Order: sequence, then C-alpha cells, then structure tokens
Amino acid sequence: MTHISVTVDGTAYEDDVEPRLLLVHYLRDRLGLTGTPIGCDTSNCGTCTVELDGMSVKSCTVLAVQADGCEVTTVQGLARDGAWTPLQRAFHEQHALQCGYCTPGMIMAARDLLRENPRPGPGEVRKALEGNLCRCTGYQNIVRAVLAAAEETSASEERQNTQEVTA
Amino acid sequence: MIPPAFDYVRPTGLDEAVRTLADAGEEAKVLAGGQSLLPLLRLRLAFPELVVDIGRIPGLRGVREDGDVLAIGALTTHHEVVHDPLVRRYAGLLAQATETVADPAVRHRGTLGGSLAHADPAGDLPAVALALDAELVAVGPGGRRTIPARDFFTDYLQTVLAPDELLVEVRVPKREGWGYRYEKFHRVAQSWAMVGVAALVRRDDGHIAEARIGLTNMGATPLRAAAAEEALAGAGDPDAVARAAQSAAEGTRPSRDASASPEYRAHLARVLTKRAVLAAAGMG
Amino acid sequence: MTDQAVAPEVGRARLRKEDARLITGQTNWTDNIDVPGLLHLAVLRSPMAHARIERVDVSPALERPGVVAAFTGRDLAGELGSLPCAWPVTEDMVLPDHPPLALDEVRHAGDPVAVVAARDRYAAADALEAIEVDYEPLPPVLDLEEALAEDAPLVHADKGTNRAYVWPLRTGEDYASVRQRADVVIKRRYRQQRLIPNAMEPRAVVVAPLAASGEYTVYSATQIPHILRIMLSTVTGIPEHKLRVVAPDVGGGFGSKLQVYGEEALALAIARKLGRPVKWTESRSEGYLATHHGRGMIQDIELAATREGRLLGLKVDLLADMGAYLMLVTPGIPILGAFMYPGIYKMDAYEFTCTGVFTTRTPTDAYRGAGRPEATYAIERMMDELAAEVGLDPVEVRRRNWIRHEEFPYTTIAGLTYDSGHYEAATDKALALFGYDELRAEQRERDERGDPVRLGIGVSTYTEMCGLAPSRVLRDLRYGAGGWEAASIRMLPTGKVEVVTGTSPHGQGHVTSWSQIAADVLGVPFEDIEVLHGDTQTAPQGMDTYGSRSLAVGGAAVHRAAEKVVEKARKVAAHLLEANEDDLEFTNGVFSVKGSPEARKTIQEIAFETFTSHDVPDGMEPTLNAEHVHDPENFSYPHGTHLCAVEVDTETGQTRIRSYVCVDDVGRVINPMIVEGQVHGGLAQGIAQALYEEAVYDTEGNLVSGTMADYLVPSAADLPEFVTDRTETPASTNPLGVKGVGEAGTIASTPAVVNAIVDALRPLGVHDVPMPCTPERVWEAIRSAQSSGTAQKEAPA
Repeated sequence: MTHISVTVDGTAYEDDVEPRLLLVHYLRDRLGLTGTPIGCDTSNCGTCTVELDGMSVKSCTVLAVQADGCEVTTVQGLARDGAWTPLQRAFHEQHALQCGYCTPGMIMAARDLLRENPRPGPGEVRKALEGNLCRCTGYQNIVRAVLAAAEETSASEERQNTQEVTA
Repeated sequence: MIPPAFDYVRPTGLDEAVRTLADAGEEAKVLAGGQSLLPLLRLRLAFPELVVDIGRIPGLRGVREDGDVLAIGALTTHHEVVHDPLVRRYAGLLAQATETVADPAVRHRGTLGGSLAHADPAGDLPAVALALDAELVAVGPGGRRTIPARDFFTDYLQTVLAPDELLVEVRVPKREGWGYRYEKFHRVAQSWAMVGVAALVRRDDGHIAEARIGLTNMGATPLRAAAAEEALAGAGDPDAVARAAQSAAEGTRPSRDASASPEYRAHLARVLTKRAVLAAAGMG
Repeated sequence: MTDQAVAPEVGRARLRKEDARLITGQTNWTDNIDVPGLLHLAVLRSPMAHARIERVDVSPALERPGVVAAFTGRDLAGELGSLPCAWPVTEDMVLPDHPPLALDEVRHAGDPVAVVAARDRYAAADALEAIEVDYEPLPPVLDLEEALAEDAPLVHADKGTNRAYVWPLRTGEDYASVRQRADVVIKRRYRQQRLIPNAMEPRAVVVAPLAASGEYTVYSATQIPHILRIMLSTVTGIPEHKLRVVAPDVGGGFGSKLQVYGEEALALAIARKLGRPVKWTESRSEGYLATHHGRGMIQDIELAATREGRLLGLKVDLLADMGAYLMLVTPGIPILGAFMYPGIYKMDAYEFTCTGVFTTRTPTDAYRGAGRPEATYAIERMMDELAAEVGLDPVEVRRRNWIRHEEFPYTTIAGLTYDSGHYEAATDKALALFGYDELRAEQRERDERGDPVRLGIGVSTYTEMCGLAPSRVLRDLRYGAGGWEAASIRMLPTGKVEVVTGTSPHGQGHVTSWSQIAADVLGVPFEDIEVLHGDTQTAPQGMDTYGSRSLAVGGAAVHRAAEKVVEKARKVAAHLLEANEDDLEFTNGVFSVKGSPEARKTIQEIAFETFTSHDVPDGMEPTLNAEHVHDPENFSYPHGTHLCAVEVDTETGQTRIRSYVCVDDVGRVINPMIVEGQVHGGLAQGIAQALYEEAVYDTEGNLVSGTMADYLVPSAADLPEFVTDRTETPASTNPLGVKGVGEAGTIASTPAVVNAIVDALRPLGVHDVPMPCTPERVWEAIRSAQSSGTAQKEAPA
C-alpha cells in the first residue's frame, strides 16, 4: 500500500492504495465519484478523461499513486452552485449527447482545447477530440457545442472587458 | 481490465533510481508517463514485480540549448515538445511528428524519452530521432553514456539500454534552414502509423543538397531510407524526387498484420517519401 | 375571454430532459451501483476458438485473497438452463444447447469457462489467473462455404451439421423464366463484414437478492428489461413475479444490449447460491469476445433487367454467419432483411434463400439496422452496377424503377405494403442540396486532366421496415412474442402527469419526446410531465426498445393512453359543468361549454376533483389514469436519398469523404433536434462499416481486432460534417404519422459511400471494393483492374 493525498473537485483526500490502482478506479470505487465512467482498456475511448493539475488525462491510464499531491477535476466538479459551465450548457443546447456515456470525457477534452485555443475552428475541434469516441451523435453536435461554448465564453469575456474599460 | 499487482517505488533522484533498477534486475519496469506501459499492464501483457516511477526525478524535464545541440530532458512530455519554442525553431520535424502521436490527453502524459525507450517501430518518434541524428544519453551504474540514435534501436521493442540504465536526455543537433515533413499514414486519427516517413531536406540553389529520411513501421526497428537519401541528392524537380523515392523501401522488412501487407507498406513508403520530401523541399 | 393559442409541443426542438444528470456526472450506470456486501464476478474465457474441455479446476482460485467462490459450468449446470433463442425461423431449425458456462466444449474464443466471485474487482481479476483448464484443441470452423461441406468439422458435433436452417422466399413470377427474357443479368457477391457494436457503455449486471423471500432485483445495461425478466425466469427457474429487472442509465445499445446474456443468468444464479449481491462488468476487450457481433454475411445476388434499365427480377442467396450459438434473435436477423432486398423498386420476380451457418466465432445478432442495412447495401450496389451496365446515370436508373408517389399504398414483390412515401421529392431535394450536376461536371473535368485524386459520387435510396411489429406478422415469421407496446398515464391530484412507457430508452430521448406527445393530447405543460421507464416494477408491461419501434409503436401507445385520459376527464367535466359531453370543447387543457366559454374547467382541476371524488358521475371510478397497449397494423416505412462525394487518392488508396447529404422522410417529426441527432449517429456507424470497421479473425479463430486499438471506431477527426434535411410524408399506419429514425442513417450511408468509391474508380475498371474499403483494398482493386486491363478506356466499344 502506498499513501497518497489527492485533491479531487476541491476536496482533499488521504488514502492508502495499492500501487496498481488506476486513478479511475480510485475515483469511482474509493471516492464514489462515479461521474467519470470507463469505456475501454486501451486508452482509446476517452470516456474517463479528467484533469490532472489542469491538463486532460485519461484516468484509466494513470495510476492513483501518480496523482499523489495533485489536483484532479472531474465532470462532477465543474458546475458551481448548480450553475453549469458554458460547455455543459452548450452540450445541452446543441443536443451534443444521446446516451451520455462519452459526455464527461468529451466535456473534459473540450475544456482542455478551449483553454489552449479559445476560438477554435471546426477542424481544430475535431482534431482535439480525436481521443474521445462517441457512438451516438456522429460528433456533429458535439463539434457545434464546443464552437458554441467558445463563442459564448469569448463573448462574455468581451462584455466583461468592455465593462472594465467603461468603468 | 486490471493490472497485475506490483511493488512501486518513486525515487527522488537519478542515483537512487539507477540503484533501484540495478537491485531489481529484469523484474523491474520503468514508469515515465505510463502511456505505453499502463495499457500493457491492463491487458496483462506485462507482469513486472517492481515499477520504478521516475516521473518526479528533478532535472529530466524541459528543453535547453547546449551549443549546437538541443538537449531535451527524457521526461519532457509530448505536449511540451510540441509547444516548445526551441524545438519548433531548431527541430520542427520533432514538433510536427509529436503532434501526431495519439491524442491530446495522451500527449499530456507521454514523454519523449518514454516513446524512444519503448522502441515501438510503429511509434512516430523513433524514426524522427533517426532522421534528426539524435543522440540519446543514458545513465547507469557505470555512469553516463551517449548513444547515437542509429545504434539505439536493436529489435522490436528492444534497445541497447541495459535493465539498470535510464534514458535521461535526447540531444538533437540544431538545424536551421532545413525543410521538414512528417507524413503519417493511418486509417483513423488515433491509430498507429501504418507507415510514417520523416523527411529532413537541405536545399542548395534549387536542388536538394542533402536529404535524411526516417521510416516508421517498415521493420522491427525504425529505419533510415539510405538508398532514397542517396538518390535524392541533387534532385532539382518533382520528377527527380519521385524517381528517387522509388528506392525508399529498399532494405526494409515491413511486417504483415491486420492493417497492411508488406507489399502495400513498401508502396506507401515510396509514395509517402515522395510526398514528404516534396513538402520538405517546398516543391509540393 | 379567449384562450391564448398554445403552440403544439409536437414538432418543437425541445431540449432534452435527460441531459441534466448526464452532463454533470450524476448518472446511474449499472457499474455505478453499489450494494452492501457486493461481490465482484470475473469470467474466465476460452483462449481458443474450439476445444474440448478436459479439466477445469477452480480450487486454486479459492486460495487467492478475497475470493469467496468459484464455479465451473458443471457446478452451475443444475441451476441454469440453456440461454434462449426466441426466433426459431423454421420448423426444423437446428437449435444447439447454449449453457451460460461451457460444459464440455468451448466453441468460440471468449466462450466462458469459469467464474469467480471476490470481494473486489481486482481480487476477482487476479483469481482468474489461478484457474487451471486443460483444453484438447478441435478444428475451428470459420469459412461459411467450407462449413457446409460434407466432411467439414462440426461446431456442434451432436447436431451433425453446421447448417442452422434454410429459409426460402419466392414471390411473383418464376425468377428463372423472368431471367430468360432479360436483356441484362448481373451477378455479384458482396461480403457484409462482421461488426462489433461498441456501445460506449460496456455491459454490466448487478443482482441484489432478498434471500428471505426469494426475490431478486437485476440491474442490467440492457435494452430489454421486460423481455429479460421473462427469459431470466425461464433460464433460472426463479418465478417471474419474484424478479424485478431494472435498466438504469444505459449507455447505448445499437442492438448489442437486445440480448439475454450468459453473464446475466450467471450473476442471478450466483446471487441465489451465495445469497449475496453480485456485480459483473465487462472490460472493452472482453466485450469484443462476449457481446454479440453484427452483420457477417455473404450475399450472392443476381439481378435481371431490360436494356432500358427496368428491373425484372432479383435472386438472393445468403450465407449468414450465426457464430457458435443461436442467441435471442440470431436466426431472425437475416430474415428481417429478406423483405428489404427489393428496396423501393418494382419488379416481377423475387427469389430469396438464406442459409444460417454455425462457425466458431462469437454469436451474431442484432446490430443497428439488423438485416435491413445488409439488404439495402446489396440492392443499392446492384442498382449502380445496373446503371453502369446499361449506361444510365445511377439516379436515373433508380427513377425508372422506384414506386412513384401516386402508387402508394403499394404491395411490394416481397409482400410488404408500403403505406406512403415520396421518393421523387426526397431525391430532388437531396440532389439540389448536394449540387449533383456541378459535382458530375467537376468529376468529368478531373477525369479528363488525369487527376490522381479521383472524385466519386455515390447515391443510395432506401426504405426500411420499422415499428417492429404487428404481432400477427411476427406469428407468421415464427417469432416467439408479439410486437405491441404499452403505455399508461397517471394524472396526479395536483395536475402533474406520469407517463409510464414499456419502451426502454438508452440515448434516444424518449423522456423528452413522450412528454411532447402527452403534453399536446392532455393540454398540460411539457414541464409537468415525467416519463417512467426501464423498471419492471414501475413499468410492468413492455416490449422494450429496438428496431426503430419505440416511437411508432410505443409513442403511439402514449398518444392513445393520453386520449383515454381526456375521455375520462371529459365525463367529469361534463358532470361538473352540467353540460352534455358532446357540448364540451377541449383546447389547451381546458374544457369549456360551446357557446358559453366562461363555463370552463382545466384538466388539472378535473384531476383534483377526481382525486377527491366528492362529485364525480355516478358509477365512475375515481381516477383519470389510463393505459393502452398498441399493436401496430403494419410496419412503418421511412425512406430517403443519401448522396456522398468522395475523393479517392489513387496513389495510396485512401478515401476522404468530401461531402455528404441526406434527405430522410421519417414521417411526422416529434422533435426535429432529436431526429437530426439520430440521423447523424446512424450515418457515422454506416460510414464506419464502409470505411473502417471489421472484426477480423485469424485462421485459428482468434479475434485479431481484439481491442479498441485494433478495431477502428472513427472519431470526430475521421468523419465529415453532414448536411441533413427532411421531407415529411406522414405514415398512415399509426395515429402519430411517425415512421422511425433510429436505423435510417446506418442503412442508407454504407452503400452511398461504397457506391461513391466505386464510382470514382469505375473508369479504371474497378466494379467493387470489399468492405471495409481500406486504403490497401482500394489500392489492390485499382492494381488488379489495371493488370487485367478492364479499364473503360481500353475496353472495346
């Protein structure tokens, strides 16, 4: 057993874990954070994508011990006081999910893209989501949702900037 | 699936890591980013007794200039390589090829050193290291040694690294003014290269003065397309490049698997070499 | 005072009620479920395609830490019957035993051999390594034609044959004589490769027993909680009324969760034996072996036509790979296709034979479209071959043969009565959106200048039989159950509404669409409606979700049940308003007396009055609740026209989809946003069959494409943007006028893509590329056409 301390969605945890324990199993089975699902065993599907110290990772391909001392953000940690993030809203409004199993990973991967590239084009969105598989949507509305969230975020930032200037 | 049980250590320094590996012998596996090792463990294709996590050893991450050479720490992630200004300036081929590795989440964890030490001939970076004439620095109980990339890869998933040696640095000669292109051929975005061609081209007076071609997945190890390189010297137009590229598969031994036959791989090597060189030479 | 006109819910792009929990991670996937004392199951599977089991010893596994129990097939043989097949397509169909755990023989790689129950999933996985099994290898059976040879090794030795059944259909004139008068006879062989469905959620099952009273709750990632309940009762002997089956959040199915799986039966048997709750969750690569596959057919198809391109007859000989066992509807899948080979076309003779063949591979069963995509592929590829043969444009040859809109209802050569459709309208709209003429002009121009990247244009016009199914038709097809669907509606005292449906959604958005249907009939706000499903305790009656049936059959049931509620409410309203029922108008949820609009009662008020029951009509039960079971009188027949433009790099063989346009007619649309999403997803899967996916086996019978790294599910980066549009020809076969949309995209897109590839290469002498059209296969097709000198330009005039 190895001792780890990990902060997940703002809560600090201390645990003794087997070194082989996958981060996703730690989240799901130990912490009960079942919002992050598992879709494959080869790191291909991306359903288990979370943020580790601010960067998207596939939590099935990270050991819990590797997350020692790190901050993890899952889909369950996005909404604040019940208010959804622009990406969550856009996924809803653009019908970017059907069964919803890939959705947590898609949202986390899209967050990663928008952090690095706040105004991506459709081709860039598709490329950025190459590691996340969806079987329901044909991706079209997922791409729309990411573009819509990007637009909303930059529009609201613009509004904010304008307000600051006028103030 | 679920990895088999193993013991785990996370050395805080290089000496401790090397000592640990020396003590453990063949039964230890080095964990860097884990993006190749963890899938193997999950499919129970590897059963290490000990996993040595070198991920937090200081000094093994980042890119610096060292005279005519870029020294890239083995633990530098793919993501960092892609975005590093020095790499983009002096080793654009490496940045371009690294951007095709797997997907963004994997590139956040996977490391340059890990990819090279894993030595998968279908991986993109070994052939790039060959084309770039990179040197690989390893540290073991006997100290530090520098291995030219051409001597590093010995067989499928095999390198000259001893079990108690760690790859710590990748040294890439700085090249300015060279054209480059990594042509990766794969069926879906995140699948491995069926064939990849890494081309570096130096032009002189409208002609190709020198071409360096690395081949991905054309044998048990990454390969240089030596015959094509030779034939390309002096090529001054697309037809000459196309003719020279015909020899790109000479001396290769591509495998047959579910994704392609050896004949098709050889054909692809020729076509992709032509395309990569044309693009690198600005003739495309 | 006049009532504000309220826009109808039906037809609105309502955002989904389902989304909130899914985008915040507050989900209830089966694997999320935890129960005190839960044990985890892990299944040991055969590494060989075919072998005799000489010995299985699970006792070493029992020594492992955390292991509570371990069982072989023999250990559980007394507790479990054979897994069911509900569709014996012929009287003499060969139906082998299918034990949930193998007894003497394993018959495909992944056939389960032993099972371990342990305190956590890691311990269970470890314990599998300790189980000892001795296998005596037997020859694999892999080739469908060789399997039928006299001396072929047998998958089921006791059955004496690998032939599961032969199912013939002959209609219209005698094909042989029609063939004699044909100017053109074209014969082709197409292969429908095996596909792995790949629902994103792997299968999982949890069983929670209440040992004291012999009651069991089964949570399963299933499309069919109701059918599963009946079948698990049969397999385990647990009485149906002691079983509750719950389909919690289910992450996609595409047919793969339309099944009664061995692991479901095993989990139930072990929970009963140990008196403890158990869970089994498959890993992806395990699922590739253990979850049924789709397609897997060889199609020999022959078409007879006039030189003007008019179809005379069609002859289809099908070899269908059953895999090692006949599962729930395995034998029936190709039979669903039997009726669809004639497509949207008129002809005089049709001859169809399907031979089901056992092989030592994972069983096949329903996968999105189930029989209909295969049929549509074959006929739509053949129409292109006919066009080429008689020198017509592929669209024109279709025009000459399809059923014209004024000819509906039309009884096809296969005996189906298509109630409605407008193929002309859908095609014209698609051609315009696509820019067909412009693309043809570009194609000619590129061809003339010898562009190595060739442009190809593919068309596919399709229809399908949806809304499975009229129960009497199912009887005639020897299916083991009916095709009705149930709905009940509870009008709560406060005027809120619960709709209980027998469909079992897993991504289709039934909660939203059913709310829209009920809202319009009841005149209550969309938000005031909750839809309950997927639990045999709350929704006790149902036939579940598959075959694009949910809306056409289940939605119709909701509609009818809501009408019954209004009829009941009308009686109460008439009583309270002291008016004749016939004098009441019901608009937007308000009953009012004709001519005196101030005399009015809302349906919510009626609900409360009925609840108190202080003043309801004499003899009336104090409830507005109603239920309806809808048995459709006919199938529904969506149709459409799909157009695909590809660019084929003749140097590498790589295909890139340049544009894709589809115009589908799915009848009346409840929620256009959901319909469009269904089309997108269908397209992705159909395109994936054309270009990427295949379950590849080696000569030993090992699944080579055994992980998601080897089986190529396309990502966003691999698929194009689609242009989708609709025409709307209401179905006359159900009260909503709906037709079904779940499978349309999958059915139409595969032939559209392959037709486009062949169209690009036909001038080079290529007339087919086997699926999936990998770059190497395209390259190979060009090479062999060139070496055999069949290029058009060199052919004699």
